Amino acid sequence: MTILSVEGLEVRRGGRPIVSGISFDAARGTIVALMGPSGAGKSTILRAMAGLDPVRTGTITIPRPIGMVFQFHHLFANMTAHKNVWLAQVHVLGRPLAEAERKASELLGALGVGERAAAMPHELSGGEAQRVAIARALALEPQVLLMDEPTASLDPALRGELAATLRRLAAEGRTIVVATHDAEFARACAHRVLNIEGGRLPPLR
Amino acid sequence: MRTPLAALAVIASLSCRWTFAAPVEPPSELLWGGDAEGGAPYVEADPADPARVVGIDVEIAELLAAGLGRTPRFVQTGFTSIDQTVARGDFDVALCGIEDTPARRARLAVTIPYYEFREVLTVREGDKERFRSLADLRGHRVATLGATLAYDLLVEAEARDGIVPVTYEDDVHPYSDLALGRVDAVVLDQILAQRGARRNEGLHNQDTPLATGHYVGLLAPGSGEMRDRMNAILRDAMRDGRLEAILRKWNVWNEDQPRLYARLLGDPAANKVAPSPRPTGVVQASLRYLPSLLYAALVTVTLSCLSMALAILLGVLIASGRIYGAPPLRVALTAWVELVRGTPLLLQLFVLYFGLAAFVQLPAFVAALLGLALNYSAYESEIYRGALEAVPSGQLDAGRTLGLTERQILVLVRGPQAFRFALAPMTNDFVALLKDSSLVSVITVVELTKQTSIFAANIGSWVVPGMMCAALYLALSLPLARLARRIERRWQRPA
Repeated sequence: MTILSVEGLEVRRGGRPIVSGISFDAARGTIVALMGPSGAGKSTILRAMAGLDPVRTGTITIPRPIGMVFQFHHLFANMTAHKNVWLAQVHVLGRPLAEAERKASELLGALGVGERAAAMPHELSGGEAQRVAIARALALEPQVLLMDEPTASLDPALRGELAATLRRLAAEGRTIVVATHDAEFARACAHRVLNIEGGRLPPLR
Repeated sequence: MRTPLAALAVIASLSCRWTFAAPVEPPSELLWGGDAEGGAPYVEADPADPARVVGIDVEIAELLAAGLGRTPRFVQTGFTSIDQTVARGDFDVALCGIEDTPARRARLAVTIPYYEFREVLTVREGDKERFRSLADLRGHRVATLGATLAYDLLVEAEARDGIVPVTYEDDVHPYSDLALGRVDAVVLDQILAQRGARRNEGLHNQDTPLATGHYVGLLAPGSGEMRDRMNAILRDAMRDGRLEAILRKWNVWNEDQPRLYARLLGDPAANKVAPSPRPTGVVQASLRYLPSLLYAALVTVTLSCLSMALAILLGVLIASGRIYGAPPLRVALTAWVELVRGTPLLLQLFVLYFGLAAFVQLPAFVAALLGLALNYSAYESEIYRGALEAVPSGQLDAGRTLGLTERQILVLVRGPQAFRFALAPMTNDFVALLKDSSLVSVITVVELTKQTSIFAANIGSWVVPGMMCAALYLALSLPLARLARRIERRWQRPA
């Protein structure tokens, strides 16, 4: 069952096309990796899917809310890990605070950073910050999770752990789109790998 | 060709002046100081030729210079600091409707009086039966010039009769504010009172004088010989009618003057026609002024805190408008910030208090508060704009992908982070505002600096009042700086 589709996507920046003619879709419970060297346009596709960059042409069909995990996590610097995870539940979904806090604790625990709940973002290691960021993205119960260069801040041992986590999340029914230049990681976790070159998707798969 | 030649001529003439002006022979000029700003009828710029000064004291100076065989030359100085400037030796003699006081006699060389005046109570026509003396004015605002005999009268009446003294920097606005109803009476000498009543409709000068005083010339301490020569010239002018002619010309001659002359000429040693106030030592005077200095410090703190709070609120609104607003709003706010930052606070205070008086009569404290708040809000808004823009865009992206609205992102994420960036410059501004608040004395608010200058003028020295004032400002600003450092530390995090 197809849950998201991108049709003929073109994004320009300063009048210059960054990506164009991008089309792909993804079924529920699958992991799609957007592979390619730096500057190929992987992040731009993710940002367009998340609604952060304006789309010039093309259509994106994607169920909201979307979970987004940035390369540098962008945890809110002025609040604890725990509050990072419950904030949007309260202010976007209108959940009662107690319920949002309980859910945040559960998510942090499930991702193995339960004991870091009270830490401020600058006190977390790269791996910890990433897991808090995943928890924050999952807190709104999105059907689709977008991840930008998730292995960039991880040492090799943690990469395998992350691949296992993503597999588990996909098995629970989430669709995950990962932008990465790490071929090994892509092979280890993705059901499908799309190679992006110069902002385009070559026809053969 | 002509320009370089002309320049050469100017340089040559300047160097001539430099060479030959260094005098070995006795000085050819009599330098005399006064305040031409609102100094009529004593010293004021000639309406026909503003480069010249005219007035009673201009002619007294000419009289003295002629007697000494010198040419008079006017030196502009501030009225309230005239004692200090003459003591420093900036000019030979100060002449500017200067009152004879024991404090001046104790510190400076003082000439014999050349004029006797009465302190007059001026009220609105409708109040002339109701307010006949200071005792009738309990709870009412009574205006005068700072650092004058009249001010001392009002300070005594404050304790005795419960009036509220209001001091001005000039002698024009007390009367215009009386006509407007901002104050209920004015006490000043009769020369000023008559001018005030002539210039403003509906004012009445009460007949009974509150006190008498004398105008004298001031010289630096140790100028006893020069003072005696000037006294001789003044006595001659009293005898031969030249002084009377000057006073008649300026329309201030009256029956009090011949009596004064008779007293002075009858007793050649007479230099002791002093008014009432008791002489006091510096310590005694300091103790007497301490409560009023503490009260003035309270005014400074209250004014600074309230105007800073308002400035922060306005600054946040302006900064938000400039970042989130529609283009026309942004342009308007930018123009406003540049207007406020680009003009002096002093001018803004004048406009708010005196300029708008025909339309809306703001109480002095409110005008001061608004002036400081509006002025500082422009600076605060720039701090907040910079701080908001310094929050990394990734923080905003994260908020957007979570579905937070722009307003929620501002309140929950961007604002709190920007506050941390803004804290240090804000503290800096608050300390600056604390000191800038001294400017509001020009619109009659007596805060710490103004009270100190009144104190200093009264005892004729800045040493002790200056130290007390500095100690009070430090006592206010140091805890503030410490508090700010503590808050900063609490909010601090490694980058």
